Amino acid sequence: MSPNRTPLYDVHVRLGARIVDFAGFEMPVQYSGILAEHQRVREQVGLFDVSHMGEVRVRGPEALDVVNRLITNDLHRVSDGRALYTCMCAEDGTIVDDMIVYRLGPEEVFICVNASNAATDFAHMLAHADGDATLEDEGDAWSQIAVQGPKAPELLERVFGPELAALKPFRLREARFDGATVYYATTGYTGERGAEIYLPNSSAVALWEALEEAGGDLGVGPVGLGARDTLRLEMGYCLYGNDIDRTTTPLEAGLAWVTRLDKPAFVGKDAIARQLAAGVPRKLVGLEVGDRGIPRHGYAVLHRDDVVGAVTSGTRSPTTGRDIALAYVPTSLSEVGTELTVDVRGKGKPARVVPVPFLAR
Amino acid sequence: MAEIKDDLRYTDDHEWVMVDEDDEGVVWVGVTDYAQGQLGDVVMVEVPSVGDDVVAGDAFGTVESPKSVSDLFSPVTGEVVAVNEDLDDSPELVNEAPYTDGWIIKVKMSDPSELDRLMNAEAYAAHVEKAEQG
Repeated sequence: MSPNRTPLYDVHVRLGARIVDFAGFEMPVQYSGILAEHQRVREQVGLFDVSHMGEVRVRGPEALDVVNRLITNDLHRVSDGRALYTCMCAEDGTIVDDMIVYRLGPEEVFICVNASNAATDFAHMLAHADGDATLEDEGDAWSQIAVQGPKAPELLERVFGPELAALKPFRLREARFDGATVYYATTGYTGERGAEIYLPNSSAVALWEALEEAGGDLGVGPVGLGARDTLRLEMGYCLYGNDIDRTTTPLEAGLAWVTRLDKPAFVGKDAIARQLAAGVPRKLVGLEVGDRGIPRHGYAVLHRDDVVGAVTSGTRSPTTGRDIALAYVPTSLSEVGTELTVDVRGKGKPARVVPVPFLAR
Repeated sequence: MAEIKDDLRYTDDHEWVMVDEDDEGVVWVGVTDYAQGQLGDVVMVEVPSVGDDVVAGDAFGTVESPKSVSDLFSPVTGEVVAVNEDLDDSPELVNEAPYTDGWIIKVKMSDPSELDRLMNAEAYAAHVEKAEQG
């Protein structure tokens, strides 16, 4: 299968992006360089093409209940126009995907899922949907541009006006751009202020160029998937396929806060409740590694001389210069301050469990 | 377009070698402009210690970017006589000045004829062109 291109592909090429295949899409991994792009988002404002992400719409009298039975978080805890971060689990309590669920109205929900899982997710949703609602895979219809950084509100105000730019985090509003209806959502994957804008493919280039033009004096620039990864890791956000997958549960992944065992049945609830009762065997923790060892996915974590876990994501933090990782370790070794060792290509490097996010925001 | 220096020798793996004019049998080793572009932002360089032996074609260290770890392969066999300690605090020199301040190690060659097996600038330019199309 030949890879898909987003409507912004030609823009990325014009901007000198290095293109890689990601989840079946030809995506920009970097433009000027990961460090500069990372810093741009922490200090100014960056534009991300995340049109590869999947979208699902659920509509009908029982849309909220149908979605609520699919996800670990509780849609009834928020009102219309709000966003929720959540996991979607299999019956065995392992994570099928993590996603943002937008409550559009009393009978309509919009869901943004990982590109690499979009097909699996939709099949899982159809298989477990139970109630009067229809599910539609709208992934092909939507582009998505994320605008993130301390200058994002100022830039967004220039393009979308002051009301939307002042919206608090985790909200969604319908807006107009380029004659089209778009979703303006104050969500993101960087820890910075900003928005993610869902819009028809035919308007993607127009919005990208409008943002570039409006934000010249704010230092706006494109950011690739490389910096997207280092930005999310500094915040301790999970990446599906690295930190969470069909072998991990939300409780192990530190996602108990989006797992509402007090709500009625949801797929995976029984298994997760059983794990809670029996004791969670391992936890995803933040590690800071010393002695100039950069931890990487798959590196072993040791306690004394025993291998006790593995790094799932790691890098040298572009913001702090510290070597940071997410890793699964036994619950008994997951307390902040616990001293461990990471095997960096045969060399034992000292590591310590630290709080996440790695950045104090 | 990646810069290629006329007066250097090159490996398949995109390291360069420069013969030291003053110190007989000693060569400077680094990575090429093409290589640093492919690596992306260099955030750490790990090299052997002075006195260690390196073997032509074998890995002697690593270069790390935010996303990846890449091996460095020695163009020649011999003993490490110097390492670029500036890279400890300023690994970005590999990106900014790959042929000068971003040099990585100096090696006292045990077999200077190994130099003849390395590519000249013209052959390396063709090698890069192929890599870019590949």
